[in-house]
Amino acid sequence: MSSLVPESLSPSLESFWQKTQSDTSAAPAWWQKRKAAEWEKFQSLPMPRRTDEDWRFARINSLNFDGYTEPQPIDEEGKRLLEERSLLPTEVAGVLIFINDRLVSFQAVDPKLAEKGVVWKPLSQAVEEDSDLLEKHFMSQPIELGSEKFSALHGALCKEGSLLHVPKGVEIDKPFVAYHWASGENASIFPHTLLIADEMAKVTLVDYFASADPNSRNLAIGVNDLYAGKGAKVTYLSAQNWSLNSLAFHLNSTQAFRDAFITSLNLHLGGSLARTESHSQILGENAHTEMLSLTVANGEQQFDQRTLQTHYKGHSVSDLLYKNALFDNGRTIFSGLIRVLEDAQKTDAYQTNRNLLLDPTAEANALPGLEILANDVKCSHGATTGQIDEEQLYYLLARGIPRKEAYKLLTYGFFEEVLEKLENSEIQEHFRDLIKSKFQTS
Amino acid sequence: MSTLEIKNLNVTVAETEILRDFSLTLPKGEVHAIMGPNGTGKSTLAKALAGHPDYEVTSGEVLLDGENVLEMEVDERARAGLFMAFQYPSEIPGVSIANFLRAARQARLGEDEELEVTKFYKEMYEKMDALKIDRKFTSRSVNDGFSGGEKKRNEILQMAMLEPKYAIMDETDSGLDIDALRIVSEGVNKLKGPHMGVLLITHYQRILNYITPDQVHVMFDGRIVKSGGKELALELEEKGYDWIKDEVAQTA
Ligand SMILES: Nc1ncnc2c1ncn2[C@@H]1O[C@H](COP(=O)(O)OP(=O)(O)OP(=O)(O)O)[C@@H](O)[C@H]1O
Ligand SMILES: [Mg+2]
Repeated sequence: MSSLVPESLSPSLESFWQKTQSDTSAAPAWWQKRKAAEWEKFQSLPMPRRTDEDWRFARINSLNFDGYTEPQPIDEEGKRLLEERSLLPTEVAGVLIFINDRLVSFQAVDPKLAEKGVVWKPLSQAVEEDSDLLEKHFMSQPIELGSEKFSALHGALCKEGSLLHVPKGVEIDKPFVAYHWASGENASIFPHTLLIADEMAKVTLVDYFASADPNSRNLAIGVNDLYAGKGAKVTYLSAQNWSLNSLAFHLNSTQAFRDAFITSLNLHLGGSLARTESHSQILGENAHTEMLSLTVANGEQQFDQRTLQTHYKGHSVSDLLYKNALFDNGRTIFSGLIRVLEDAQKTDAYQTNRNLLLDPTAEANALPGLEILANDVKCSHGATTGQIDEEQLYYLLARGIPRKEAYKLLTYGFFEEVLEKLENSEIQEHFRDLIKSKFQTS
Repeated sequence: MSTLEIKNLNVTVAETEILRDFSLTLPKGEVHAIMGPNGTGKSTLAKALAGHPDYEVTSGEVLLDGENVLEMEVDERARAGLFMAFQYPSEIPGVSIANFLRAARQARLGEDEELEVTKFYKEMYEKMDALKIDRKFTSRSVNDGFSGGEKKRNEILQMAMLEPKYAIMDETDSGLDIDALRIVSEGVNKLKGPHMGVLLITHYQRILNYITPDQVHVMFDGRIVKSGGKELALELEEKGYDWIKDEVAQTA
């Protein structure tokens, strides 16, 4: 039956789109127009092809939209259970919990912060109330790493997510936390995150993504855009734990202006095929971006990671460290590019991908790259793929720790280099727990 | 049968025979010292007993309270009660001492048993205090960036936490300052009692002032060539190894 429809079309997504259109008929005109344009783009763009450079090594036959549909509303009991599972690791500045792109819980910011102009609210509300801000920033950053079609689908079907705007000079230490749950077979969700930190603002946001049922099949296409204005300090952390049958995209884009400092860490645990694209743009001097990622690939999982560090301005630093631990038939692709434009002299740009193979059947692919047009820069890229250190393993075994446990300990140890960069030790601990729980269920 | 019995052990490393018909019986409750020149195979003995994959046992037997050790995997040997304090302990970045010891203790419990975490920490802190190891070390990565002496103390902490039946200590005294030597020795003395046998590999008589050996063995070219009481260590310290070499040459 699927052969009768064009490859990019799925009847269930088509009706999802029609529903979205009617649901948004009262929304601002620009929002409706934008969505219609994205839908059109989604339809007109081809599916990725094996020969596309941006999809090298990817198993593109796992990309198909068959059956994915608008999620059903969830009952009170289901809501309550998921709210309970939405753990807050630390004292927070605000919380948003979404199930199937519907808001179920909202902890607003402290009135004192609201008075200073801090905006923290669900996207659906922001469309009405902060239309100008949204119109300016909503999906205005190009990612261009291969998932344009999927990004367009997000643009068309997205209806919820979080907007966080921290105005000039406001510093908030406690993190904001958002949970995005997908519940039900074939439920498709399109979580959106937009974080705007104005000049000298300081803020941390943590996104948690997960399937409610570990056996359901879900489609998730998340987009998140971060803006760090002059001297702003932005920390963005995310952890995804989609079901093992899910198809997931996380498309991240950040802009760092002069003196800005951005740390991002993405923890990837779930998904049958999970693709991330991260584009970090350096738009001012003396900016610093850290791009961190941790992935555990086991079973038949595939993680496809595409990154781009673009330095438009010089005297700035971008530092990327992606660590993947692979078990069973787990498979990862890391493809990264550092691009330094002519004017970006005195750039320091680093890109490191480290893969730890815990089973000979696992497969890590690495495609590091540099494209440097300035002549006075310090850039390096490196990818290593290795097995467990035999002496370390022996030492653990010699203390009576069984081999399987020893592998886990060494995997946790492999990740520590990244986790210990997080300032908030409670979030650190929560991320450790999430990693551990993956090993308990498998 | 409360002994660690090593019978005619032959061990090959990188296709070179290092241990030749090595035999030794260590009864529980006793301390035996092994001394011998560099390169005679002391560490080889230790690692072969602990099942290091580079050390191939070509023949011989090792019985731990009657159980065949050579048939066991490395981790099984440890859980059976064999402990090795390594001459050069590995560094394990990212794995904290606390998590490492927890995993080692958990491994000694039954399938459905969970380690009692509060009790565990209490015990660990007590033992660290006794060994004068700063409690802050619990969150540090195992041996990562430790000084030589700190590594050795950490080995003894592990021994104290795992309470083995037989401990083989490979030059634990090397690299320890005078105070640390005393502290570590006290730690070993506290543990040894009737429930643990200790095989102490050392180059120096000094540690034997603190830990009194029941027997001293001199090792040469992959086997024990002379055994005696603790006075043998003093004699070696005084005269070196040449006279034993001569003795061996004569009897050969
Ligand atoms: N992994 C190895 N590969 C190759 N040769 C080895 C290996 N381990 C040990 N040897 C060799 O085996 C011999 C015995 O070494 P061993 O470490 O057991 O000596 P030792 O008695 O412990 O010496 P020391 O007093 O210096 O610690 C040496 O010649 C050494 O070079
Ligand atoms: Mg040695």
